[in-house]
Amino acid sequence: MATPAPPELAQVWHWLSQVPDPEIPAISLTDLGIIRDVQWQGDTLVVTVTPTYSGCPATTVINLDIEAALRSHGVEKLRLERRLSPPWTTDWITAEGRDKLRAYGIAPPVDGTAADGRLAGRIARLAGTSNLVIACPHCGSTATERVSQFGSTPCKASWRCTACLEPFDYFKCI
Amino acid sequence: MTGAAVAVDQAAYFDWLCRMGDNCLILGHRVSEWCGHSPVLEEDIALANTALDLIGQTQLWLGLAGEVEGKGRTADRLAYFRDAAQFRNVLLVERPNGDFGTTLMRQFLFDAWHMEMLRALQRSADPRVAEIAAKAAKEVAYHLERSADLVIRLGDGTEESHARMQKALDALYPYTGEMFLADAVDQAMAEAGIAPDPADLRAAWDRTVGQVMAEATLRLPDGSFQHRGGKTGRHTEALGFILADMQFLQRAYPGGVW
Repeated sequence: MATPAPPELAQVWHWLSQVPDPEIPAISLTDLGIIRDVQWQGDTLVVTVTPTYSGCPATTVINLDIEAALRSHGVEKLRLERRLSPPWTTDWITAEGRDKLRAYGIAPPVDGTAADGRLAGRIARLAGTSNLVIACPHCGSTATERVSQFGSTPCKASWRCTACLEPFDYFKCI
Repeated sequence: MTGAAVAVDQAAYFDWLCRMGDNCLILGHRVSEWCGHSPVLEEDIALANTALDLIGQTQLWLGLAGEVEGKGRTADRLAYFRDAAQFRNVLLVERPNGDFGTTLMRQFLFDAWHMEMLRALQRSADPRVAEIAAKAAKEVAYHLERSADLVIRLGDGTEESHARMQKALDALYPYTGEMFLADAVDQAMAEAGIAPDPADLRAAWDRTVGQVMAEATLRLPDGSFQHRGGKTGRHTEALGFILADMQFLQRAYPGGVW
C-alpha cells in the first residue's frame, strides 16, 4: 500500500493561518507574523516560531495550539523550533491582520514608532505633542490620548478616545 | 549555532550569564511584588508587564547559562535551587521596594544601565548572546522610557513627591557603582569579545542619569562610597527573604508542576 504524499507546504501554511492567537483570537498566528519557517526535514515537519515578547505567557499555549492543529490534519512527525533572531517586530503583522485587529477594537501598530531607549523624544511626549496619531478603533476619531504605555497584555498600550470617550487597546510598535 | 567558536573560560562564562539572568530575575521578582498594590490600576499593569518582560529575559539568560555549564541544569533549576551565595545579581536590584517612588528610582537607575549593556551585547562575539540582547533591548527601551518619565514627573512634582524621590536617589545611588566595576569574570568576557568592559558603559549612563535628574530637579548625592559584593555572591539580607518567597514551592515540592 502506498504511503500518502505528505501535505504541501502551502497547505500547512493555510492550516496555520486558521490557528488563532490565544490572547487575541481575532487574528491568526500567520497574521501576527510569528511563524518564521515551515519545512520538511525528511519525514518530519519543522515549524519555526518566534516569541512576541520574551516573557509572553501565550508562547507555551501557541506551541500547543500549533501542535494540536497540525496533528488534527494528520501530521504525525512534527518538531517546533524557537528562533529569536531576528527579533519579532510588529512590522510583520500582515495588512489583513491589522484590519482584523481594528475590527476587533484594537488599534493596529503604527510602524516606525517603537521605543528605542533614546530619551530625546521624551520631552515632546511629556508635553503631549508627540506626532504619533492613533485612530480610535470604535469611532475613527484621531482625538485620542495615551493612558499608559503598558496594557492588558505585553504587546499592548492603553489609550482612550476623547471624542467617543471609549478606552481602547493600541497594539504598540516594537 | 554553537558557542564553541568563542574561546573563553566556561566557568567564567557561566558566572557572567548568571549575573545577567539574576539581575533580571531578582528585579523581576521585586517588581512583581507590586502586583495588586500599586497606587493606580495603570501603574499596576505597567509594573506587572515590566516584571513579566524581566522574567522572560531571565529564562533566556539562565537557559543559556545552563547550556554553557553543560550539566543539564535548566533555567528553572538555576532559579529555584541555588542559595543566596550562588546568586550573581548586583545589590541594587535586591533593595526592598520601599514606596512607589523608590521602586521607580531603582528601576530607572537599573534600566539606564540595562539599555547600554544590551546595546553593547548586540555586537557580542557569541551570536546566542547577541540575539538575546536584540530581543531584550526592544522591551527594555519601553522600561527605560517609562521609568525616566515617572522619575521626572515625581521629582519635578509636588513638594512631597520631590522629597521622596530625592530620598530614594540618596539611598539607592551608592548601589549603582557595582554595575560598572569589572572583575576577572568581566575581563575574561571582554577579552573574548562576548561582553563589554562594564566600565565602558559608565559615560553613557552618567549622561542619561544626569539629564533625567536635572529635568527631575533632583540632585545627585555627593560622596563616592559604593556598595559591592552581589556579583560575587555576597548579598544583603534582603536576598534571603526574596528567595524564601520565590523558591518555597519548588523547595517544598521539588519538580512540582501544574
